[in-house]
Amino acid sequence: MPEEHEDILEQVTTSEYKYGFVTAIEADEAPRGLSEDTVRFISAKKNEPEWLLEHRLKSFRQWLNMEEPQWPNVTYPKIDFQDIIYYSAPKQKIAPKSLDEIDPELRKTFEKLGISLDEQKRISGVAVDAVMDSISVATTFKDELSKVGVIFCSMSEAVQEHPELVKKYLGSVVPATDNYFSALNAAVFSDGSFCYIPKGVRCPMELSTYFRINAANTGQFERTLIVAEEGSYVSYLEGCTAPQRDENQLHAAVVELVAMEKAEIKYSTVQNWYPGDKEGKGGIYNFVTKRGICAGSHAKISWTQVETGSSVTWKYPSVILKGDYSIGEFYSVAVTNNYQQADTGTKMVHLGKNTRSRIVSKGISAGKSQNSYRGLVSVSKNADNARNFSQCDSMLLGDKCGAHTFPYIEVKNNTAIVEHEATTSKIGEDQIFYCNQRGMDTETAVALIINGFAKEVMNQLPMEFAVEAQKLLAISLEGSVG
Amino acid sequence: MLKIENLQARIEEKEILKGINLDIKPGEVHAIMGPNGSGKSTLASVLAGREAYEVTGGSADFLGKDLLEMAPEDRAKEGLFLAFQYPVEIPGVSTTNFIKTAVNEKRKYQGLEPLDAAQFLKTMKEKMQLVQINQSLLSRSLNEGFSGGEKKRNEIFQMAMLEPKLAILDETDSGLDIDALRIVANGVNQLRSKDNAFLVVTHYQRLLDYIVPDFVHVLYNGKIVRSGTKELALELEEKGYDFIKAELEAATV
Ligand SMILES: Nc1ncnc2c1ncn2[C@@H]1O[C@H](COP(=O)(O)OP(=O)(O)OP(=O)(O)O)[C@@H](O)[C@H]1O
Ligand SMILES: [Mg+2]
Repeated sequence: MPEEHEDILEQVTTSEYKYGFVTAIEADEAPRGLSEDTVRFISAKKNEPEWLLEHRLKSFRQWLNMEEPQWPNVTYPKIDFQDIIYYSAPKQKIAPKSLDEIDPELRKTFEKLGISLDEQKRISGVAVDAVMDSISVATTFKDELSKVGVIFCSMSEAVQEHPELVKKYLGSVVPATDNYFSALNAAVFSDGSFCYIPKGVRCPMELSTYFRINAANTGQFERTLIVAEEGSYVSYLEGCTAPQRDENQLHAAVVELVAMEKAEIKYSTVQNWYPGDKEGKGGIYNFVTKRGICAGSHAKISWTQVETGSSVTWKYPSVILKGDYSIGEFYSVAVTNNYQQADTGTKMVHLGKNTRSRIVSKGISAGKSQNSYRGLVSVSKNADNARNFSQCDSMLLGDKCGAHTFPYIEVKNNTAIVEHEATTSKIGEDQIFYCNQRGMDTETAVALIINGFAKEVMNQLPMEFAVEAQKLLAISLEGSVG
Repeated sequence: MLKIENLQARIEEKEILKGINLDIKPGEVHAIMGPNGSGKSTLASVLAGREAYEVTGGSADFLGKDLLEMAPEDRAKEGLFLAFQYPVEIPGVSTTNFIKTAVNEKRKYQGLEPLDAAQFLKTMKEKMQLVQINQSLLSRSLNEGFSGGEKKRNEIFQMAMLEPKLAILDETDSGLDIDALRIVANGVNQLRSKDNAFLVVTHYQRLLDYIVPDFVHVLYNGKIVRSGTKELALELEEKGYDFIKAELEAATV
């Protein structure tokens, strides 16, 4: 590649983060550090039942005996878990009883992020749960949803209002002991969303949660649980952003999905946590455990993720295909730029017969970033006729970045058909020139080519968000072209 | 419209254009012929602003502006179009979407509102007829898996959509079957007007039966060594390049 071209790519891939502002609002915080007292503090704040406190304490004790995982292809300084604030709730002058009573500062914050908490102004067909730091500040369209029996509320509220459901499913897909960060989350989780779709109900609107980290020195440990009863359908989307800060902040979430017979859950993520600056200073550590179980036959779980943020990402949305004829899908676009590191992929665990899974991963690396796909396809002894198809494509922008693929395949049943394809490509100088010659500047050209590369995944996003996500891809890689 | 004087360019230390002079006026069609490797595509690339080529001397004035100073995308938006000898593929980007982006970038540059979906579709339908390209091709990824002829036709379709002032066609005829050649030539002829101009690079006199040029130039070893009218093309067809080479050698001895 000629040198000038390298320069252009470098400029194009030098981006600015658009959500780096801080909201000046007083917060109710736990004292810095982590101990059993911290766990009790959080549980008390949330007025939790005894069983949940016990669950937290048990998880905490287990966590103390666990080791931070070393196998991901990422490096970061050791996290000082005593230097984090585990609970921070924006103080509202009055406890809001309806959406109209939400603190104007909070309302403004979400408005700035393009999230209207005003039901009238909200794009039709999307209900939102807005979470800032450790608590949910608002959930829209609850009444409308409850008419069809759909429960959509914050996790804290679910604990109070629907304890039997929470008790039954919390930790049923991702047990506390699953890994280091899931244990930590089980001990100190603060808020998140809870969705319950009753039997036979097709959820009438998209459900979405918007996570915002605001306070300094805090960690965000949200917990999301979605249960889709027999024959139901739900499409859920989460988005996230954080202020621009020099220090790193930890985000360790757990998401659990349960799909019963013939139920379908479509879970989409547009992850745009603050990625750190151009020198790699600051940014979110995004250590997340996401897993769904197709508990009944013909159930389907589909994960779609567009990952553009965070300084370090460690995340493998997975599907346990327990029910016969169940289907798992994973569609991912991961963009890394500057000094970002991402180690992301999926696990498809085939237990039932005639189960199918499909993996489409598109990694885009720019700057000095490292982007790894890590995936496991496992077929157990009894999973007759399991099928998997995996496609992992990497695109490199410039030659200072890295793309890596770690596919693991474990097949214990010889009727299985597992296919894996992988490609690595670069944006050609000839492609950019061709676009230039048609009147597009290099920035527009790169955005166009990248979106083309990621199209198969972008097409999976709900319509309302596809355009936004497309812009986000462009923004993550944009800069000023001289 | 385009006035080139003593244009010289090189790539990776290799001199390729060694002093080109060319004056193209509105309404004219110029043909450039010449043996393989003589520098025809290089001339087209330099005019379009490809960075890999370094201009080492000379000037090019396009509609009163210094062409060589402009970024490639601005040259395009000022009305310079290049139909590539080897059009590139862009996976995942539909041809329609690509052209729409191009059209709207140009409109933005001209201070016009972007075309909405309905307007765009209407223009597209008109121009599709002009070059008889079909819809299914346009909904596929740009040039991906297109046959050689389909790619060329797509170039002319894009030209029709962008309505350039000066279009450079680099061997658009090679790879086209006889019918396609006629259709493409027809399209070009319908787009011809007193306000625009064409620079047609070709190896075959046959194209010039359809697109009748006002001038024919022979590019040889980085220089225009002969200019004439369409009769020159006929002469070349008959005699090959040898007679020109022989003349040149005789002159230098
Ligand atoms: N990147 C490059 N590095 C070295 N030489 C090059 C490069 N690009 C082109 N050339 C050389 O420049 C010369 C002119 O090439 P150009 O493509 O302009 O020829 P052309 O007249 O269009 O030929 P054709 O009729 O075969 O299309 C050739 O000798 C070619 O090998
Ligand atoms: Mg050529």
